[in-house]
Formats: sequence, C-alpha cells, structure tokens
Amino acid sequence: MHTRRAFLKNSSIAMFGLGLAPAWLSRAAYARESSTPSRKKILVAVFQRGAADGLNVVVPFGDPNYYALRPTIAIPRPDGTAAAALDLDGYFGLHPSLAPLMPVFQAGQLAIVEAVGSPDPTRSHFDAQDYMESGTPGVKATADGWLNRTLAPEQRPSPVRAVSIGSGLARALRGPNEAVSMGNIGDFQIRDAGSEQTFEAMYGNSVDTVLHGTAQETFEAVKLMQSVQKQKYVPAGGARYPGGQFGQAMLQVARLIKANVGVEVAFADVGGWDTHVNEVGAKPTEGQLANRLAEFGQALAAFYQDMGDQMADIVVVTMSEFGRTARENGDRGTDHGHANVMFAMGGDIHGGKVYGDWPGLASERLYEGRDLALTTDFRDVLGECVTKHLSGRTVAEVFPGYNQPRFRGLL
Amino acid sequence: MKFQVLAASIAVAALVAATSNGNAFRQKLPRDEQILHALDRLTYGPRPGDVAELERLGLKKWIDDQLHPERIPESTQLAERLAPLDSLRMDTAELMEHYPSPQRVRQIADGKAPLPDDPVARAAVRNMMARQEKRQMAAADNDQEALAGRLQDILEPEQIDTLRSGTPEEKRAVIAALSPEKLVELSDALPPKLRGPLIAAAPPEVRRTLLLMNAPPQAVAADLTAAKLYRAIYSNRQLAEILDDFWFNHFNVFMDKGIDRYEITDYEAHAIEPHVLGKFRDLLEATAKSPAMLFYLDNWQSRGPGQAGKKNTGLNENYGRELLELHTMGVDGGYTQRDVTEVARCFTGWSIRAPRQGGGFFYNDRWHDKGAKVVLGVTIPAGGGMDDGEKVLDIVSTSPATAHHISLELAQKFVADNPPASLVDRMTKIFLKSGGDLREVMKAMLDSAEFWSVGAFHAKVKTPFEMVASAIRATNADVEDAFTLSNQIAKLGEPIYRKLEPTGYSNVNAEWVNSSALLGRMNFALALAANKVPGVHLEPVAAGDAQTIARGLLFADATEQTRAAIEKTQRPEVIAGLVMGSPDFQRR
Repeated sequence: MHTRRAFLKNSSIAMFGLGLAPAWLSRAAYARESSTPSRKKILVAVFQRGAADGLNVVVPFGDPNYYALRPTIAIPRPDGTAAAALDLDGYFGLHPSLAPLMPVFQAGQLAIVEAVGSPDPTRSHFDAQDYMESGTPGVKATADGWLNRTLAPEQRPSPVRAVSIGSGLARALRGPNEAVSMGNIGDFQIRDAGSEQTFEAMYGNSVDTVLHGTAQETFEAVKLMQSVQKQKYVPAGGARYPGGQFGQAMLQVARLIKANVGVEVAFADVGGWDTHVNEVGAKPTEGQLANRLAEFGQALAAFYQDMGDQMADIVVVTMSEFGRTARENGDRGTDHGHANVMFAMGGDIHGGKVYGDWPGLASERLYEGRDLALTTDFRDVLGECVTKHLSGRTVAEVFPGYNQPRFRGLL
Repeated sequence: MKFQVLAASIAVAALVAATSNGNAFRQKLPRDEQILHALDRLTYGPRPGDVAELERLGLKKWIDDQLHPERIPESTQLAERLAPLDSLRMDTAELMEHYPSPQRVRQIADGKAPLPDDPVARAAVRNMMARQEKRQMAAADNDQEALAGRLQDILEPEQIDTLRSGTPEEKRAVIAALSPEKLVELSDALPPKLRGPLIAAAPPEVRRTLLLMNAPPQAVAADLTAAKLYRAIYSNRQLAEILDDFWFNHFNVFMDKGIDRYEITDYEAHAIEPHVLGKFRDLLEATAKSPAMLFYLDNWQSRGPGQAGKKNTGLNENYGRELLELHTMGVDGGYTQRDVTEVARCFTGWSIRAPRQGGGFFYNDRWHDKGAKVVLGVTIPAGGGMDDGEKVLDIVSTSPATAHHISLELAQKFVADNPPASLVDRMTKIFLKSGGDLREVMKAMLDSAEFWSVGAFHAKVKTPFEMVASAIRATNADVEDAFTLSNQIAKLGEPIYRKLEPTGYSNVNAEWVNSSALLGRMNFALALAANKVPGVHLEPVAAGDAQTIARGLLFADATEQTRAAIEKTQRPEVIAGLVMGSPDFQRR
C-alpha cells in the first residue's frame, strides 16, 4: 500500500511522462543472443555544450596565477577535504564533484588533455560547436561531421552502427554513412504494431528507389531494437546512472553496446555549461558547475562500471566548444574563452596522466590577454582516438585539411 | 563543393533512375496529372476541392495569379490564426523590450539596464526579478521528495495524477483550470526539465503566459514558427509562401544566435518577403543590410586594418565567403580566396546601430578599409566608403555564375534534384536578360516543357515541413494551436528557423531520408489520422474502402504496392494514417 507521500513522489517523478523507463536486462540474456561476439572497437563522443570551464574542471592548483585570477570561484588546493580539488599529479586536480572519476584515473583508464581546443578564434557557441562537430575549424560549408567520416564503407553495415542519442542527428554524425538518432531506445518503433507490418510491406515492395532503401534499413533497425526493447536492462557491476538527461543518454549507449547490435560510434551531449553567473556556489561542491559536473562524472563512471571488461574495446572522449576566461567576472562566473580540457577514457587509453603542454596563466601567456592559450588541437586528440582505436580511417580523411597532427600518446 | 559531391553520391540511386528513363523530362504529363503536379509544386499540397477549383479557373490563370500574389484576396481564416500572435506586429526594439531575455532581466535587476517603459513589460520584468531566486532554488533542488512536497502544496492529488498519466486533453483541462496564481506557483516549483513539458501540455493562451513568465524570447520564437505554419496551411498565396521559405532558406539565418532571436521577425517580413518575386539585386541588398544577417555572419564587427578595437580582431570574412559561395555565385562560381578577402574588405563598416537595443543598419566609416580592392577582376579604387559594398553587390548580382547558381537551386526546388541542363540554361539566360527579375525566372521555369514532364512528376521528397503541412491540408484538419506541430517538424529534422548552418536546408531529397525521420513521419501520420495530435482537430475519417480513402488523401490512385498493403485494413483512421505514412504521400 502506497502512502500518500510515496504516491506523490512517484507521480511527480513520472509527471508528464518524463519518468524513467525501468526496462533492464541481465547480462546473461545478452550473452545468449550474441553467440558470435564481435570484437569491434567502439568510440563514444560526448559533447559538453555551452563551453565548460576547463580551469575549474581540472584545476591547475600548482599555478599560483590561478588563485590570483579567481579570488572567489577558485577550487581550493587538495587538502583531503570534500570541498577541495582531488590531486591528480601534484599540479592538477579534479573538481571535487568529479570524485566518481578518480578511481578510473587511478586505474590508468582515464587520460586528461590540458590546454586543448579549436584553433579558431571564435567565441560564438554556435560557430565553435559547428566547427568542432564538422571537424573543420574556420570552414562553415562542411556538410558532414567528423564522426560520420570515421566510418568506413561496409557491405552490410549494422543499421545502428552510428547512433546519436537525442532528438536529432548530431552534426558530428551527419554525412554519407548511415546514422540514426534515437531519443530513447523505447521510442524507436512504429507505435501501432499492426501498422508496422503494413508499412514494412508497403515500403519493402515500393519501387521508390530513394525511400525503399532507407526504409528497409529502418525496419531492420526497428527489428533489431525490438529485441533490445523486449529485454529488461540492469546495469552491471552495481552501476547507478544519474537521473538526468545525460545519465540516461549514457545508459542508452551502454544498453545498445551490450546488446551487441553493431554499434561502432555513438554520440551524446550534455548542456548547461555556460556559467556566466553563479558558476560556483557557497561551497565548491555547490552551484551550476558543480551540479553539471556531478551528473557528468556520475554518468561516465556508471558507464565505465557498467561496461566492465568491455571497456577494453571502448574509448569515450569528451569535448566542449571552447573554454572560459581565466579571470572570473563580476558575477561569480566566467565568460567565453579559448582553450579547454578533454577527457579520454577506455581500456586502450594510457591514462592516469595529464597530457598537453601547460602554457601557464601568467598574463603575458594568456590568449588575447584573457584566456588559457591553446597548445593542443582537438583534432590531435580525436585523430589519435580514431586512428589508433578504430581502424580504417586516416586523420586526413576524418579531418580534411589537417595533415600534420601531433599525437600526444594517449593510446 | 563537398556538399554537392556528398548529396550526389547519396542520390546515386535516384540519378540512375532518372537517367535510365532519360527522356522522362521530354515526355509530357497527361492533363489531369498536370493539375495535381501544379498543386504539388506550387502549394503546400492539395486540399479537398482544390483540384476542382483549378479546373474551373484554368491552370494558366491560376499560375498567373500565384505569380502576382497581391491579386489574390488573403484568407480570413489565416488572419484569425495570426491575430493572437502579438510579437509579429512589433519591431525589433519593441520585441527586446516586451520579451526580455533572462540575461536582460538580470541586468535590470542589477541596475545595469533600465526597466522597460511599457507598463505590461515592466510588470513582467518585475515579476521575473522577484521570482528568479525562487526558481534557482527549484532548479538546484534534485530531491524528488521535496518536489513532491511542493507540488502537494499547490495541486490536488487527482490533478497530479492527471498531469502524470492523463490524455493530452485531460492534462490541458487541468492546466487551463488553474488560477493564474497557482500557475505561477506550479511553474516556479518545477525544475526546468519539467517546466518544458508543462509548457507543451498547456492550452495556447496559458502557454503564452507561461512562456512570458519563464522565457519570454521563446514566445517570439513560438509566434514565428506558428505563423509560418498557419501561412503554409491557410494562405491563399501559396506560391508566395513557398518562395518565402525558399529564399529565407537561401539566405538562412539561425534564430538561436544571440540577438537574432529578435531580428528574424523583421528580417522575414521586410528583407525576404517583399522581394521573392522582385529583383534579385534588391533581395540581396536587403539581406546584406539586415541586422539579422550582419549579426549572423559577424560582418557587424568586421573592421579594416588598424581599426581593431579591444574586443574585435579586425577583418571578418564570414559574410564575404558566404555571399559568394552560398548567396550568389556558388562554390564552383570561379572566385578565389583572394576574392573572399577583398569582398570582406569592401564590407568593413557595414554594421548595426546599437544591436542590443534593436537598432538597424549602420555604416561606420571609421571601421571601413579605405584601401583599393580588386573583386573578381574589377578594381575598386582606394578612398571609397559604403559604396564599395554596393559595388560588390552589383558585380555579383549580375555575374553569370550567380544567374546559373540561382536558376539551378530554383529548378532543384521546383522540378527535380538533377534538373535538365537545358532548363537551367534557359532560366540562366532569362535571369541575365531581365536583370535578375525573379518573377521572369519563375515564369520561364513554369512555362517549360521540363516542368510539365513525366520526369518532374513526384520527383521530389517532401521536406518535413511540407509533409506535415500537406497532411493537414489533405485532411482539412483544423489547427487550433501550432505548437505541437512545430515541435513535430523539429523532431522530423527540420526545426523551423533553427538551421544552424548558413547553407540552409538542402533542396535535395537525400537530406530528408533517414531512419528516425522516416519512422517519425509514419508515426505522425498515424497519430494525425487518429486525431491524436494536440492542438489539431480532425473530423473522423469517413468510412469507406481503402482505395477511396487513399484517393481522398493522395488525389490520385495509390501505387499498386501501397494499395496491396492497405487492402485488408478495416478501420478508416488506420487506413488514412497508413496512406499519409506511405511512400506515395512522401512525394510531391
């Protein structure tokens, strides 16, 4: 018997149909389905939209200028307390809200690249996201995205080889190779079962050359998803995904990968990083940035835990369109900046290390006198993940015009 | 260029099909299919009765009228739909005042910006300032228990239950019945991720209130997208609406970039719409001087050498590049990177007066690069001013490459993805001969044998916008509230006014054929036919056999494959859904 309180609680969670769909499945059931487990490598790209403040995400506590530039919003030096940075290497520290990622770093499966980003000087979210997803900074007319270009043409590709989680197909995944977008695995279906068969017959026999092929792939994907939809999903290893949109997106990615349906690349995004005001609350573990980081860290850590041994075949790489000003502004926030930080997580990653050349935060070292300068191009990081982890594509193919990448040795 | 290669490679199947019956563009369409073809291409899809009306008027007269929209009396139904959308009738400065962004509210709260003069806007801002703190608490609070407690204080358990699991109508009734005070309390109590669904579930008047309370600029966006849908569905000037969409897309501007959320209303009404059947040069100049475009492609802050200020780095080539590549000559138009830079130099100083206060075009001579320039071989002498930019517009608008590029795009939109070169060449000649008279170019296309050919018939896949609008028109559905429809179109891949890239949406089929979008179309068709799309009212589909129902929606016989598939279906609304989700209905 539900108490009124419990009833209300459940009601409000599920209000307006936004509740979690508890459809989980034991790992054994998947194992049965996938009698010939493919050992394909998988790349998961995560975009932090809004320009995350890299300097408060991975804190350069060893750089004295950091504290001078940010008198009220700096994250304190590591001191073992819950409100201070978590020491990574004696110079850099993780934001305390990213504590769930510490074990991954210590296990050597999380690498961090500092002072990385797009060389384009734009401070427009719109342009910078566009450039980062097209993979061609400064070139606006590129129609396809870098993640789509990582796919090699195949005879019979899986209909879900490239998936973007969300309402539309991510810019990074647009292009000539088949890619699907899924808001939710449960929604990828015709809502009326009888009509599904009729539509399939209609399109299957259609002489419409354009619609016929895609429809066939669609119904293949729908069928594939039905087997996934039917089975309940229980994250392995006691992994607990946070309730927000990003946590659920990572859960969908995990569910697809474990269903062994041929996913090669996946894309998820997480917004809310544009912290002009009240970036940091009364304590470093409060405020907008801490809230975003808590979900971000929990989701990535849950994914890591859930995938378990399979992380050997997976690389998760994160990016954000640009960093934020080195100096705090008058509203306990930061404004649009330049270089940022990227994470790469996975079994192939030589983790437990902060990569990149640290330009420092001395005023003469700042980009245009205000932002962290850039010492690594984001294409070096993505290019290294693509060429060393996935197979078949060169950096020049994935990032046209970028012919001399400098790999950092992440893999 | 890459884009065209890409599109071409995706559309290989279509190409092969088109060229294998290579004479299809020379084969004349039978008379009754001509009527349907005209409605498919020059309207947002036939409504019941349209075929008969065209037969009565005669094709020639009807087309001539559509080419002179001012002669066609506008629909009163449309006027009724547009009447409540207040923001459509405001200029940019008024929009900024009446629909302040959260940042502006904060500035006002901090004393950095003045309170608006208008009493209504002033009251709204005061309310927002007072409520900001409360809302921040709700946003930061992830505790479901606490949320449940807050809701319990505002709503009855039955109301919560209905909002949780009721039908859209029931949810709407609950929200509509709330007093304004309760509505404010409820909205403030919810975390942002639940506020969105509340706004979507609300009836139109309440939604407007909620938007004004929570995110005023979104009311501007909602008005614009609703208006675009209403015009497509109800306007009698159908060709003008299609051209408005085509040219807006050609000169695309992204609504969510900074002040462009306030600039689009004016841009569409004054830079695009008046010129779609006028001179290309006028259209080009109107866009070049619009704050919307100047902001979108960053030209407003482009400065000549030695003019760089604290914030601006100097020359910005974005507009110069897109002007040549997208707006005029086309990527293969024969210009060089040097031309891009020179064009950008000519436009230095073309800026916006007080962009944050809704100011208009402003030429800032102090920012202008006074040096000599060479654009496409033409020397523009040193010492010029705003005229340098005008000269560029003269040069590019009369270039044969531009005439060809525009003709090709129009033919791709109205005839086929790969229109016959003969047609494009003819249109190009007319473009040049008429001094870029767009009505003349359209006439040349609509007079052509290629337009009225078997090869053109049903050669185009509808865009999501066209698919949704045509389904509403075919079913004669009554749209009381366009909000859900507009979200639906976004989900199908074509968010209205929200194409981020300056390329605009593609004019070719391949853009619209992907898995999730195709599934989305089928699901939308089923939902619409079953009268389950919120805000849209559909009379129950009349009982009848599958073929009759199909004919009523396609205005022609269904293809054999579609007929065979729906033959055994009994329920009329399911048949209608299947027909609108069929391959036949995705074509125009």
